[in-house]
Amino acid sequence: MEITKKIQGGDIRAASRLIRNLEDRMPEAKLTIKHLFPLTGRAHVIGITGSPGAGKSTLTDGLIDCFRKKGKTVGVLAVDPTSPFTGGAILGDRIRMQRHAEDPGVFVRSLATRGALGGLAKAVGDAIHVMDVLGEDIIIVETVGTGQQEVDIINHSHTVLVVLVPGMGDEIQAIKAGILEIADIFVVNKADREGSSKLSRELMAMLDMAPPSAFQGGWRPSIMKVENAFQPESFNKALDDICNKIEEHYKHLVDKDLIGSRMRRKATVELNEAIRATILEPVLLKLLGSGRMEELIEKVMKKEIDPYTAAEDIAKRNLEGCL
Amino acid sequence: MSDRKLRVMVAKPGLDGHDRGARVLARCFRDAGYEVIYTGCHQTPEQIVSAAVQEDVDLLGLSCLSGAHRYLYPAVTKLLKDKGADDIMVIGGGIIPEQDFQLLYDAGLKAIFVPGATLDTIVTWINTNVKPRA
Ligand code: B12
Ligand SMILES: Nc1nc2c(ncn2[C@@H]2O[C@H](COP(=O)(O)OP(=O)(O)OP(=O)(O)O)[C@@H](O)[C@H]2O)c(=O)[nH]1
Ligand SMILES: [Mg+2]
Repeated sequence: MEITKKIQGGDIRAASRLIRNLEDRMPEAKLTIKHLFPLTGRAHVIGITGSPGAGKSTLTDGLIDCFRKKGKTVGVLAVDPTSPFTGGAILGDRIRMQRHAEDPGVFVRSLATRGALGGLAKAVGDAIHVMDVLGEDIIIVETVGTGQQEVDIINHSHTVLVVLVPGMGDEIQAIKAGILEIADIFVVNKADREGSSKLSRELMAMLDMAPPSAFQGGWRPSIMKVENAFQPESFNKALDDICNKIEEHYKHLVDKDLIGSRMRRKATVELNEAIRATILEPVLLKLLGSGRMEELIEKVMKKEIDPYTAAEDIAKRNLEGCL
Repeated sequence: MSDRKLRVMVAKPGLDGHDRGARVLARCFRDAGYEVIYTGCHQTPEQIVSAAVQEDVDLLGLSCLSGAHRYLYPAVTKLLKDKGADDIMVIGGGIIPEQDFQLLYDAGLKAIFVPGATLDTIVTWINTNVKPRA
C-alpha cells in the first residue's frame, strides 16, 4: 500500500493525516493499521503522567533534547482533555515543547481525549504504531493531567514516569491509589519549591514498605529530583540523569526478558478494544439507526422489560452463536 | 462510526506579544467544537509551518498586532507552498490596515479579521468555508 510506504519512508504529513483519520475513526485508516501492525515493535515507548500542571510538558521538552543529543529520533504524543460540553479542545502542551520546533528529528502530535476516561485518547495505541513505523526511536506519550485512576498509560509504555510536585497537601495520601503503582521512575518536579525533600522521603518510605514482589524483575522505582526548569544548567543535568535512568530501565526490561510482559498488556487492551469496535458498535449503531434503541429505552422505563432480557434478546438477533 | 473534527491552529508569528486576541480566539474555537492547537507567542514562520504540518490542521489562523503582518503572513504561506502543504487554509487577523488586505489575499490568505469583528462572525465564516479534510 502506498500510504504504508510513505510512512516507512518517514513522511510526517502522511503519518499525521493517518493519525487524524484514526482519531476520526475512518474505516480506511483501520485498513492501513492492518498493514503497519506487523512492522511495529521497534521503538522505546515512554509514558509521562502526573497531576495537571505538574510539569509534564516541560520535562518532555527536556527529554527530547537529551535523546536528540544521543542521536535518537523522537516522537511525542501529547494528550489534552476534550471539553465535555462542546466537544472542542485546546491542545496546549506544544507551547512548552519549542526547543526542537524546527528539528526534523522530532515529531510532536497533539491529541484530544474525545471522551476517553483513562488519561489518554482512544487513538493513542494506534498513533504509537504509526510513529514506530515512521522510524521514531523514542516515543514519548504525555497523558492529560491525571488524578488517581487514569492509568491507561501503563498499557502502552515500556517505561512510565510519574511526575509529582511538592506542596499539594497530603501528597502521598492523595495519590496513593493507582498512579503510584504504575511508576518505573518517579520525578519529584519543581524541587525548588518547599516540601520536595519531604515528598521524596515519603516516596522512599512508601517504597520501603512495599513487598519485594511489587518490583517487577527486581526494579525498584527510582526517585529523581528536578530542581527548576528555569535554571538551564541544573535542569539539563537533572534531565540527563533521568534520560540515563530511562535507558537503564529499558535495558533492565530487555535483560530480564520483561518486554514481553509489558507488550502483553498492550496486546490485551488492543484486542479488547478491537472486539468492542467490531462487534458491539455496529450493533449499537443499528439499534440507534432503526429507532429500536428508543423503543427499548421506553420499555425499560415502563418496566415492560428489564435491561438484561432486552440485551439477551438483542444478542440472539445479532450475534447468533455467541450465546 | 466516523467522527470528523475540525483541527485549527492559532499562531502568533514574530516578536509581537499581544496574545490576548489569540487566547480569546483559541477558547472561542474550542467552544465551537474545534480541536485547537495553540503554540504561544514569538514563533518563526518556520516553526509555525512545521507545527501545522505535524498537527495536520485544516486551518491556520495567524494573529499579529505589531504591524509586521506584511512580511510575516506571506512568509508563512510561501513556506507552506514550499512544503507542499498549501492545502492548509490560512486566515489572519490583528491590526491590519485596509490597504494591506489585497497584498495578503494575493499571498494566499482567505480571510482577514480586524478589531471589532465579532467571534460569531469569525466562527460562522469558518463553519461555512472550512471542512475537515479526508
Ligand atoms: C491590550 C493592548 C496591549 C497589552 C497587550 C496584552 C496582551 N497580553 O495581549 C500591552 C499593554 C502589553 C500592550 C503592549 C504594547 N502595545 Co498594545 N495594545 C493593546 C490594545 C489596547 C488592545 C489589544 C487587544 O488585546 N484587543 C482585544 C483582542 C481580543 O482583539 P484583537 O487581538 O485585535 O483580535 C480581534 C481581531 O483583531 C481579530 N483577530 C486578531 N487576530 C486574529 C487571528 C485570527 C486567526 C482571526 C480569525 C482573527 C483575529 O479577531 C479578534 C476579535 O475581533 C491595542 C489597541 C487596539 N484597540 O487594538 C494596542 C496596540 C495593538 N498596541 C500597540 C503598541 C504599539 C504596543 C506596544 C509596542 C507599546 C509600547 N511602545 O510599548 C507594546 C508592545 C508589546 C509587545 N510585546 O508586543 C499598537 C500597535 C500599533 C500598530 N500595529 O501599528 C496598538 C494598535 C495601539 C495603538 N493604537 O497604537 N498592548
Ligand atoms: N517552579 C517551577 N515551575 C515549573 C517547573 N517546571 C515547569 N514549571 C511550570 O509549571 C507550569 C506547568 O508546566 P507544564 O510543563 O505545562 O505542565 P504539564 O504537567 O504539562 O501541564 P498539563 O499538560 O496542563 O497537565 C508552567 O508554568 C511551567 O513553566 C519547575 O521545575 N519549577
Ligand atoms: Mg502538558
